Amino acid sequence: MSTVPIPTLPVSKRISRWFGRNLIRIYAVLGFTYLFVPVFYTIAFSFNNAGKSNLVWKGFTLSNWANPCGAPDVCAALGNSLKIGVIATTAATILGTLIAFAIGRHRFRGRATTNLLIFLPMATPEVVLGSSLLAMFLAFRINPGVWPTVAAHVMFCISFVVVTVKARIASLDPRLEQAAMDLYANERETFRRVTLPLVMPGIAGAALLAFSLSFDDFIITNFNSGTMNTFPKFVYTSAARGIPAQANVIGSSMFLIALVIVAAGQLVNRKKAR
Amino acid sequence: MAFLQSAVTRAGTFTGRKGRLPYLLLLPGMLWLFTFFILPIINLAGTSTQTPVLGGDTGQYVQTFRLANYIDAFNAARPQFARSFIYAFLATLLALAISYPLAYAIAFRSGRFKNILLVLVVAPFFTSFLLRTVAWKQILGEEGFVVPTLRALHIIGPQATLTASALAVVTGMTYNFLPFMTLPLYASLERIDPRTLEASNDLYANGITTFRKVTFPLSMPGVVAGTLLTFIPAAGDYVNAAILGNPNTTMIGNVIDSRFFRIVDYPTAAALSFMLMAAILILVTIYIRRSGTDELV
Repeated sequence: MSTVPIPTLPVSKRISRWFGRNLIRIYAVLGFTYLFVPVFYTIAFSFNNAGKSNLVWKGFTLSNWANPCGAPDVCAALGNSLKIGVIATTAATILGTLIAFAIGRHRFRGRATTNLLIFLPMATPEVVLGSSLLAMFLAFRINPGVWPTVAAHVMFCISFVVVTVKARIASLDPRLEQAAMDLYANERETFRRVTLPLVMPGIAGAALLAFSLSFDDFIITNFNSGTMNTFPKFVYTSAARGIPAQANVIGSSMFLIALVIVAAGQLVNRKKAR
Repeated sequence: MAFLQSAVTRAGTFTGRKGRLPYLLLLPGMLWLFTFFILPIINLAGTSTQTPVLGGDTGQYVQTFRLANYIDAFNAARPQFARSFIYAFLATLLALAISYPLAYAIAFRSGRFKNILLVLVVAPFFTSFLLRTVAWKQILGEEGFVVPTLRALHIIGPQATLTASALAVVTGMTYNFLPFMTLPLYASLERIDPRTLEASNDLYANGITTFRKVTFPLSMPGVVAGTLLTFIPAAGDYVNAAILGNPNTTMIGNVIDSRFFRIVDYPTAAALSFMLMAAILILVTIYIRRSGTDELV
């Protein structure tokens, strides 16, 4: 790094000084290593020539990537997860954004109660959310399956959408809207041409978060999906006898797709900033 | 806290732009939360005091308002309750110890790499939660690199293993909930005005004093939010215990799950869920009051 060696100091002192100065960086490198070891494992074992039980390294192959649906049920489970994720994300993003605008842009009676009702689902453990919903569905003789799962996912995603979009609304410069009004835009035009475009990155981020929460959810889904399989359920049930490498292919792909989406978002932001 | 705010709002800044509009915006989402969050919780309270139908099939229960269900359920699951809170507490502490320097480095020392590093912190969590947990099973297993290394260094005996243990469960929980800790920490550290740190320096505080008296107190909202967002899901989790643990490391989530699905004992499962939720809400309220960050709620 930028250390200028001081000749009068003994080597051991210099080394300890270097450590002192770069401690936080060394720590960060260690931290990132820790973060990425399981990712490395997941990706590496997607190339494992493992057959049925993918616990031990047996040799390199591309066949899992060439045939991601090769293991029984894995693609059906993935399809269900994607379908539920898309429906739940759409509904939760719309409902949550409306609430965020109400809280972020208006003062009204019951605002604090609303905030509390948004906060509570996030402060409730998933196992409670999942079991209470199933108990209610059973009491009303509704069979668990796709739609009860979607209803549950929308419910736990709404709060996260509200929090994300609300933060974006709060960070807006009010002078931009005032400027639009000064230029004779009415309230509706101001909202459509100024406010909404400015909040849009927040809404997009919230949708991305909602989708990843829904797609990755296991506990609530396990309670309310009945016999329908999802990708996390598939991994959980096959974990005992060893998951097929195709599951790792799907996990690795999700990782890469998410990275591409985030990178694209950053590029768009940078272009806009210019 | 939140109720106090509402009183203030009512008395003071009641601007009331377009009287009905906010309620129209709220209605659909709030209706959804009421139907699929509040109603189930109320229903759960009802289920928790039911007793089996005499001579009925398994899974048939009738309301008898038997509050002793709670005592029975608690006594049956006392070790799992204790374990849930101990494991969640340890995982939260470890996550804080790992995340704080990481968030600090990204907020203050990363320069133009800030955005990239921030993405990299979250990126591992785009691989599935369950795949990550299975990956830890492999890393800590016989074929992973950790066990042979520790054996070669004589840190653990030649027969010792790491999987199917409390250590593995806590390791998995720490890892899996890490972004919930790192992101709020980063957000609050990033908001600190660097001039306050310079001012502390100018007043002859050394690095450690500056951190203790300025940086850390200013990052408190992030610490509170992060520890809550880690502790709550960790206390209710049963996936890590199921995949990385053994029968002696089961948590309250495992009990609720098996009462529901394997034993079809809905009242006990409901009573346990209720007690878990109540315990967490009480802890959270005390914690938020103690740390003086009421604006979180």
